[in-house]
Amino acid sequence: MKIVATDRKGAVHTLEGRDGWSVMEILRDAGLPVAAECGGACACATCHVYVTGDWTAKLPAKSDAETDMLDMALAVEENSRLSCQIVCGPELDGITVTIAPE
Amino acid sequence: MSAIETDVAIIGAGPIGLFAVFELGLLDLKAHLVDILDRPGGQCTELYPEKPIYDIPGLPIVTGQELTDRLMEQVKPFHPTFHFSQMAAGLDRLADGRWKLKTDAGTEIIAPVIVVAAGGGSFVPKRPPIPGIEGYENRGPGAGVHYAVRKMDAFRDKNILIAGGGDSALDWTLNLAPLAKSLTLVHHRDGFRAAQHSVNQMRELVEQKKITFHVASVKALHGLHGKLEGATLQGADKQEIKVDVDAFLPFFGLTIKLGPIAEFGLNLHENLIPVDTARFESETPGIFAIGDINTYPGKLKLILSGFHEAALMAQAAFHICKPNEKLRFQYTTSSSSLQKKLGVA
Repeated sequence: MKIVATDRKGAVHTLEGRDGWSVMEILRDAGLPVAAECGGACACATCHVYVTGDWTAKLPAKSDAETDMLDMALAVEENSRLSCQIVCGPELDGITVTIAPE
Repeated sequence: MSAIETDVAIIGAGPIGLFAVFELGLLDLKAHLVDILDRPGGQCTELYPEKPIYDIPGLPIVTGQELTDRLMEQVKPFHPTFHFSQMAAGLDRLADGRWKLKTDAGTEIIAPVIVVAAGGGSFVPKRPPIPGIEGYENRGPGAGVHYAVRKMDAFRDKNILIAGGGDSALDWTLNLAPLAKSLTLVHHRDGFRAAQHSVNQMRELVEQKKITFHVASVKALHGLHGKLEGATLQGADKQEIKVDVDAFLPFFGLTIKLGPIAEFGLNLHENLIPVDTARFESETPGIFAIGDINTYPGKLKLILSGFHEAALMAQAAFHICKPNEKLRFQYTTSSSSLQKKLGVA
């Protein structure tokens, strides 16, 4: 599956996702600037992304933990998600995300 | 305040800084620890106190808080001194070769060995990405942008804007509402991750028209020459709201920034301190780096790696602190002298 990620400078990166891995791990391993301070435990809100296009509707709903943690993120929009909580799989092939400001 | 003299000053009281106290203590080296947080544990207690960790040898499952508690118990016999809520702000070399570590609270620690166990750096408040926000910071009590409230009275009769949806945002809304001229709370949703009774109290104040709540975000700050006067909020329907603001208090929790360590004159590689893997000493003699803050070929950012690094660092630190003494390697299981230090023999 592919992940199409836009970084903070507007550059677009097409990344190869791995089923069962989180989008955060794919972004981080590609060297994109997601801090992911807590390492993917839904505990820090530093892997905040905007899910763009109609992908927002295709994702499973946010857990209460993710909704709570997004309260600690900056510049939250309706399409805000924590990328550590988005799990790669064939149904998300082509998902588009934009890394939120620091 | 006169400077403290000790064997080792440790920057960071996370799990690795704590275990360093233990390894140093076995070698009769005394330690002082400086941490910007108000309690031990670093990331373990600040980011994931309730989350389980599965890769600590011998502890199949342990939470960040439990691990910190166990380490605190383990270092107790060595009576370390903690300097909490202080940031390591400066480091100077003295004429006699020792180091002087200064904190932003004015504490000075003189030691032949400095151990940087600072993880990713300092926990500092998150700064909202609002254009020009820096220009309104450090403008004195009750004026401009504040990430913490030190003296409530400074905010008396001010127009206050609070942003955030956690306990800090709600607590300060409730505390400052009675003395503010006006108070506006903004959050991106009509839900909060704060204690329910605080949320209820806040909603009562809104109903009584004592404060205003907007589901919105702060888009812009306005003022002249660094004096904050107002803000533009943007609601969910993209509608703009203007409010008068003397003081803006954003509460979005903490994030990790390297901070003043970057100015310590150490050779940094991508914000990490390169060390050798025999001593875990930086390229500056007497300054060691252990845990997530260091880098070397094969480095893994694991707590267990930091523990190993602390043990080897302590051996090297001994020779610096006690150059005329011989180090005898001993096991805690069999050495009665180590057991005496641990208070078990």
